[in-house]
This record gives sequence, C-alpha cells and structure tokens, in this order.
Amino acid sequence: MRELFESTIERLFADLATPEYVLGCEGGEWPTALWAALDDSGFALAGAPEALGGAQASWNDLYVIARAAGRFVAPVPLGEAILANWLLGRAGIEPRTGSLSFSADASLQLRKSGVSGTARAVPWGRHVDALVAVADADSPSPSLVLLSRASITGHALQLNVAGEPRDDLSFDNAQVLACAPLPAGLPADVLHLGGALLRCAQIAGALHALLAMTSGYASERTQFGRPIGAFQAIQQQLAVFAEQAAAANIAAEAAFAEAGEALAAFSIAAAKVTAAEAASTGAAISHSVHGAIGFTQEYSLHLFTRRLWAWRGEFGSASLWSQRIGQQVCEAGGDGYWALLTGQTLAPHSTLGKTA
Amino acid sequence: MATTQFRYSRIPAEAEALREEVRQFIRENLRDYPPSLRAQSWMGFDAAFSRQLGQKGWVGMALPEQYGGTAAGPFARYVVIEELLAAGAPVSAHWIADRQSGPLINRFGTQAQKQRYLPPICRGESYFCIGMSEPNSGSDLASIKSHATRTGSGWVLNGQKVWTTNAHHSQYMIALVRTGEKQANARHEGLSQFIVDLSLPGITVRPIRDLAGGEHFNEVFFDNAQLDADALIGTEGKGWDQVTAELAFERSGPERFLSSMALLKTLIDALGKTPDALQAREIGRLSAKLVTLRNMSLSVTAQLAAGEHPAWAASCVKDLGNGFEQEIPEVAQLLVEAEPRQEGGSEHARVLAYLAQMAPSFSLRGGTREILRGIIARGMGLR
Repeated sequence: MRELFESTIERLFADLATPEYVLGCEGGEWPTALWAALDDSGFALAGAPEALGGAQASWNDLYVIARAAGRFVAPVPLGEAILANWLLGRAGIEPRTGSLSFSADASLQLRKSGVSGTARAVPWGRHVDALVAVADADSPSPSLVLLSRASITGHALQLNVAGEPRDDLSFDNAQVLACAPLPAGLPADVLHLGGALLRCAQIAGALHALLAMTSGYASERTQFGRPIGAFQAIQQQLAVFAEQAAAANIAAEAAFAEAGEALAAFSIAAAKVTAAEAASTGAAISHSVHGAIGFTQEYSLHLFTRRLWAWRGEFGSASLWSQRIGQQVCEAGGDGYWALLTGQTLAPHSTLGKTA
Repeated sequence: MATTQFRYSRIPAEAEALREEVRQFIRENLRDYPPSLRAQSWMGFDAAFSRQLGQKGWVGMALPEQYGGTAAGPFARYVVIEELLAAGAPVSAHWIADRQSGPLINRFGTQAQKQRYLPPICRGESYFCIGMSEPNSGSDLASIKSHATRTGSGWVLNGQKVWTTNAHHSQYMIALVRTGEKQANARHEGLSQFIVDLSLPGITVRPIRDLAGGEHFNEVFFDNAQLDADALIGTEGKGWDQVTAELAFERSGPERFLSSMALLKTLIDALGKTPDALQAREIGRLSAKLVTLRNMSLSVTAQLAAGEHPAWAASCVKDLGNGFEQEIPEVAQLLVEAEPRQEGGSEHARVLAYLAQMAPSFSLRGGTREILRGIIARGMGLR
C-alpha cells in the first residue's frame, strides 16, 4: 500500500502543488483545485476504518503521504484531515469527506446545550467545513467532538511564518455534528501528539527536497572557475545537512511505524526533537549555500525554509518535547536509563510534573 | 539520498529475546565494576571477561558454526554488543576480532586460515589489531609505505605502523601494506592485507601514552619480519577493496555513539529525580538523539545483513554519533557544578575527567570527521 500511496500522491502534488501555486496560496487562500483532487482521490480517508468507508491504512503506510505533503510543501490540511478522520474512526464516528482540520489546543466544554469555548491554532480553520477537537480535556472523561464551520461564533485569524492559516475559533453552545467519549487508551493530548507526528514527516519531506535543491545549486553555480560544490567548505556543510535530513527522516519513520493504535509518545517526542534540529540546521545551510538569490521571493527556496521554521515549533517545540523526555529519564535514574530507551514508552503527559 | 539510505528496521523478536539474558549476565558479573572503569567503554581490557563471553557464545556471533561461531545473525549480535556497551563492560580484548577481523577472515580467508584463526576468536581468546596508519599516512591512507616483498617461502615485511589500538594486547595484526609499486593514477592498487603474528622476530610493539596517561595505542615496527606464504589474506593487490568493504562494519556500530554512556548515566543520577527546565531539556535532547542514532545504526545493520554496501550511511552514523559522544562532557559541565577529578571526588567527577579527555579521539579514530563528510559529499555527487 505504501508504494502505491507514495507514487499516487507524489504525482498529484507534482501536477498541482507547483511552487507558483504554493506561493499563491500563502496568506490564507484556500487551495480549491488541490483540495478537490485530494477529495476525489480519497486520501483524507486513508487512515479511517474500512467499515466506515476508509482505507484503514496503518500509520506506517500513511508516513509516505505526510512526507510527500512536506516534500511539495503542499498548502493544504491533508495530514490534518487524515489524523482527524483516523481519530473519528477510532471513536466509531463516520469519517468526513469534506475539508477537515483539528485543534490540538482547545479549551472546549461539552454540555447538554452544546459546545462552548475556543479551539486554537486550527490549520486552515477559516476555510475547512469541519474540525475535530477534544472537549473537557482536563476532566476524567474527555470527549471527541466534531464541529461545523457554520457554528463558529468568533475567530482570530492568524498566519504562521509561511503564511499558512492557524486560526483561533470560538463556539457558544454550538451543536455538534457528532461526539463520542475519547476512546480508552488514547491520551487527552492525542491531537497534540498526532499533530507533532505529522509535522515530523512534513519536515523530513521538506528537508529531502531542500537538500536536493541545494546540492543541485552547488553543482551549477560557478565561482572562481569551479562549481561552488567543488570547494570543501561547501561539501562539508552539505554533508552535515545530509546527515540531519537522514536523521529527521528515520526518526519520523520510526514514530509512524511505532504509532500502533494509540500513537507512540516517546517515538514522537524523539522524532520532533530530531526533526526540529534538522529543520534549523538544514534551512540555515541551504540559505548559506544559495547566497543572495535564496533570499528573494522569486526563487522558491523560501517556500521550504519558511515552512521549516514554522513546522519545527508547531505542536510542541524541541524544548517542550525534550523536557518531557528529560523528566521521565531523570525519574528513571541512571540505572533505568538504557532500559527506558530500549523499551521506549513515554508516560502520559498528565502524570508528569510541571517543568518550571 | 538522505531519505533513501535509511529505512527504519525493528530488531526481530528472536534477537530481542536475548536482551534480558545479557542484562542478567552483566548484573551478575560486573556488580562491583565502578562507573570510572565503565567509562573506558570499548577501551576497557579484560581477557577473562572476554573468555566468559566466548563461553556464552557471545563472541563470533556473525561467524559460521563450523568455525566456532553461533551464526546467530547480525541483530542478535547487535543486541549483545549494545547491551555490553551501554553497561560499559570491558570488551576491548576481543572487540576488533569480533567486529572486523573475524568477519574479514571468514569472507576472504582460505579454508585453512578460517580453521586456524576463527575458533580461538570465537572462544574470546584470540585478539586482533588493525594496522593502517603510518607516521606519514593518516587520513591519506593510500600513501602508506610499509611493504611486503615475496621471498622463496613467503614474504618479508618492513616498515612501521602507528596509532594501532591494542597492538600491545593482541596476538595478531591485520596489516595493510604495499606489495606493488604505487602508480601515479592508481593510488589504491598494489596494496595487500596480511595476518601478522606479532610474536615473530623482527616485530617490535611500543605503547604510546595518550594525554590522560593511558596506554591504548601503539607504534609497531617491522624489521625484516619473515611471514609465511599463507599470511596473505584475500587477494594480493586487492587490499584497498577489502579494507573498504570493512568500513561499513567499522563505522556504523553502537560503539560510535555510546562511548560517553557512563557519563550520561552519572549525570542523570547527579541531576536527581526533579531536574530544572534546562536540565530536563538537555537530557531529553540528548536522549532523543540517542534514540535516533540507534535507529540509524540498526538501519545500517539491516542493510549489511541484506548484503548491501551502506558505506555512505555508515559515515553518517559515525559522524553524527561522534558528535553526540563528544557533546556529553560539555553538557555535563553545563548542567552540574561538579569539577572533573582525576583522583578523589565523586564517581561522576572522575568519569567526567576521563571522558572530557578522551572525547577528542572519538572523531579521529576510525576515520576523521572531515574524511567522513568528504565521503558523504562524494555520495551526493559533489566530488
């Protein structure tokens, strides 16, 4: 399934998510043609159960879809819809075919009268037909809610550093499209984990494209009578970039492969820390090698680097995930350290003490 | 390239099943082995411990059963060696024979060579060193001058090796020497590998003290040493290709990122169960790196097991891994006010003193940082 997913989605993105198209969508344009093609292909349902109309693909197979979205810096909430539909399916709710996103940072209360509160930083929140969030996340019995765009009562529109919408949406006694108790075994921050998982794959994909672009440029650009890639100073930098891109890729792949039915918090944390560092290093080296041309809007380098700068911090920075791992490691102590790493389970967020 | 050369590979369940037995063995046999000695990692020498491992069947796990190995496969071997390294067990005696010389002899040796050398390796009794660098040939390995010349009955060996780890503890060296003239445009031709019995007349081994006063590496002199005809391993003139084939094994294992493990553990204990934000962040950051390095290393192991030649990926593992090992003494001093102590002080202070001094060697031994990055750049088509 993985190979078929990858070749199909890459062809679709190559045709539609061209650099011009990506740039044109910045600032909050909805990618009408791209979403329509994705909707036709059914990719948004890839992770939902077969019984509910999905393809029931494992996260291991879904990895290549999310990575391709990063490789083409696709201006569309595809990963978001896949995650949201996976979670709906886990809760026994039928997946959505329209445009769909989620909030990983919601303070929503579900009452008999409806849902009230705020869903923050919703990718493409201003455009999507519906969104998924966990309501009453701090309570012993959180609920999964599916909310319609029609019931939004207020919004604070925001764009990330790459001009992608990350909107705060508020609700006041909104009627849910569907709701269910958060399935047992899933933590209340499941959407935060899932969001981080998606961004890891997108970072790995974007770094792959950026590395190819940068080494290609170094082979073509001539100074002092030679391609700049013939100079050891440039070669050594690109080697460091390649190592970082490789690290981000395998860390993300591991997090998807280990995701199982409940997402693997430790693997996701390790992957996000690895991917964030790789994003920073790779973006810096690619600009250094490209020189001034890479600093123009006309040249497409920034489509990748600005997204890397956005994605490395979304759904938890390297610092946040590092602290979560570090707290658990220190609790296990030096003697338990290696067993913890080779067993790799991260305690639920709620059981961890607050870090000052 | 970067994404296609690594694919996540889990350790198979049957190999994973060994892990608890190895841990139990380490708990029983290294109970009183202190962190300050564990800090030596794969430089810690203990022949009795190596023989014990041999009895357990944990040396020569990559070698065929008919020569005393267990043919347990690369992942079972990986579980055993990573457990030993993570615990700081003294594995130096048999390390190079197990990792490199045994597999080399198995791959290129004659039947007689395999029968002679492999069984004692698997028993943890026969130790090897690698004779590569010379006084004027470090990173530029193809410029070596030591040479073997054919005689009526074998070879006569002359020249000098240097920085040879464990030569003073080893019975044998696998030496790369010149057997033909160097060609201006074929620098890698005319090199051959020999199994040199270091007890032979004409061979002198002299330890070189390192900056911390330890004796790990040596200079080795060959003065008309007479070698039998069957000292040649593999094909005359193909030494460079044979050496290159070993490099992925040499550069991708967990010893390339676990050298500072003893310090990471004493550091975690020094921080206690309630670290502050900076401490938690740094320990978590290092742990994330360690998890990723291990996945990268396992990916190379899977490729080697499948008969592939992941030299590019192995270079990535070693360069990233060495950076990680070298960073740990720096982070330790960032997080805890504990002055390093050669003598006295806490175990943590002594481990820190040792590893702060050893760290520069991590990115020198087995291929320097710059050479590795050059290999990576070549793989990307830049050279």
